[in-house]
Amino acid sequence: MRYTFLLYSDPAMAANMGPDDWAREKEVYGAYIGALNEAGVFVDTDWLQPVETATTVSFEDGKPRIQDGPFAATRETLGGTFVINVPDLDAALEWAKKCPAAQYGKVEVRASAMGEG
Amino acid sequence: VARASYGKLLSILSARSGDIMAAEDALADAFRLALESWPIHGVPKNPEGWLVTTAKNRRIDAMRRTARAPMVPIDDHLDIAEPQKEDEEMPDRRLSLLFVCSHPAIDRGIHTPLMLQTVLGFEAADIARSFLISPTAIAQRLVRAKQKIKDAKISFKIPERSDMPARLEAVMEAVYGAYSLGWMNDRDAKDMTGEALYLAELLAGLMPQEAEASGLAALIGFSHSRRNARLIDGVFVALDEQDSGLWDKPAIMRAEAHLKHAASLTKFGRFQLEAAIQSIYAKRLDGTGTDWRAILHLTEGLVKYWPTVGALTNRAAIVAEVFGPEAGLNALDSIAQNSIRAFQPAHATRAHLLVRVGKIADAILSYDKAISLTTELSVRRWLEQRKTALQAQAT
Repeated sequence: MRYTFLLYSDPAMAANMGPDDWAREKEVYGAYIGALNEAGVFVDTDWLQPVETATTVSFEDGKPRIQDGPFAATRETLGGTFVINVPDLDAALEWAKKCPAAQYGKVEVRASAMGEG
Repeated sequence: VARASYGKLLSILSARSGDIMAAEDALADAFRLALESWPIHGVPKNPEGWLVTTAKNRRIDAMRRTARAPMVPIDDHLDIAEPQKEDEEMPDRRLSLLFVCSHPAIDRGIHTPLMLQTVLGFEAADIARSFLISPTAIAQRLVRAKQKIKDAKISFKIPERSDMPARLEAVMEAVYGAYSLGWMNDRDAKDMTGEALYLAELLAGLMPQEAEASGLAALIGFSHSRRNARLIDGVFVALDEQDSGLWDKPAIMRAEAHLKHAASLTKFGRFQLEAAIQSIYAKRLDGTGTDWRAILHLTEGLVKYWPTVGALTNRAAIVAEVFGPEAGLNALDSIAQNSIRAFQPAHATRAHLLVRVGKIADAILSYDKAISLTTELSVRRWLEQRKTALQAQAT
């Protein structure tokens, strides 16, 4: 079963980070990706541009509406995603607990609606 | 200056003002000045006394510089009239620091990193690397905790007798946290259990009248003694499969001494019980085999007072050693299934026991479930090897 982790965090945390901080942060995520890879469950990951750059697409009265900005304004925003392939939710939750973002934000775990793959 | 000194100096400096961050800055300044001065003027007779006096003076200078109005009191707590005398024996205030770091008003999740940083002098980035957590997040949480200790005026006094049991429990939980976190992650695990052992032995030494503190030092000591046997070529090795020749004998003897001291205080507790179980496993060194009945006896005691999922699962594995795998499987079935559905050790134990009763297909299913729940690579490899061997045997 494919599961997607949606990594929510407060962008304010990254505001004062210097190049060294980013390098250390990347090292920790690199280790996490390594662990996922070595366990053979890794599918994909992405690190997203800040929420200010979001464009939201919706339909209103049957017409597409393209809106500059995110769908909902909350303090914590979507910062990245992981897609892993594990047998069930129990296993997905074990990996989500190990995700660095769980330490400072929230990791939302969702099963794929497209079935096995 | 050795590891022991950093925590000692920081605890003295921060206990007076309650401001850990200012004490860290002043101490860093003092170390820098020492590097400039000692090569020229020689190392002072009492280096720690020199560092404390210098750090205090630096703090006073810093506060004078930042004090806007001349009438602002500099610091009520700072004892300017009594500078540290050069030949004075350094008091050990690390115990207060341990209590402050695990104060109930401080987020539990940061107790262990706070101890590692203030008592042992670890950088936030090193703690993050060892525990595989975000360095930026941990640095910010450490700063927030220290800010709160200062702003909320969390006391550096040793807790009163009535508060002591709960407060000591929190200190021990945090020390145990350093050990279990270090153990769980493959990377740098050896180092971190060593640090946890240092903290546990420090606590036991500072509180010799507390049986559980010595029990904890014994428990971590036994586990630490097996650090070189637990991982071979990146694969986890279960306790009963370990080469006891790789165990650290002096570490075992030290753990035995802690346990003996704890027992002499006749104040029963969980860490002592767990350490006593470890002590029986360690007896394998004498070549007499493992006394499973004695281990079961102690485990029953543990389960009676502290029926955690881990203890219950462990009990099932030991029941299997004494009464056979069927009895072990029955013991596993008697645990609330909801509580072990996602508990990896329960599935691994079930798999091992199913193999012993010849239910190979079921064993493979249990191995699959256990493997899917395992995030540590070394343990995953171990389970996968067992499963592969089983499949080869089945065909």
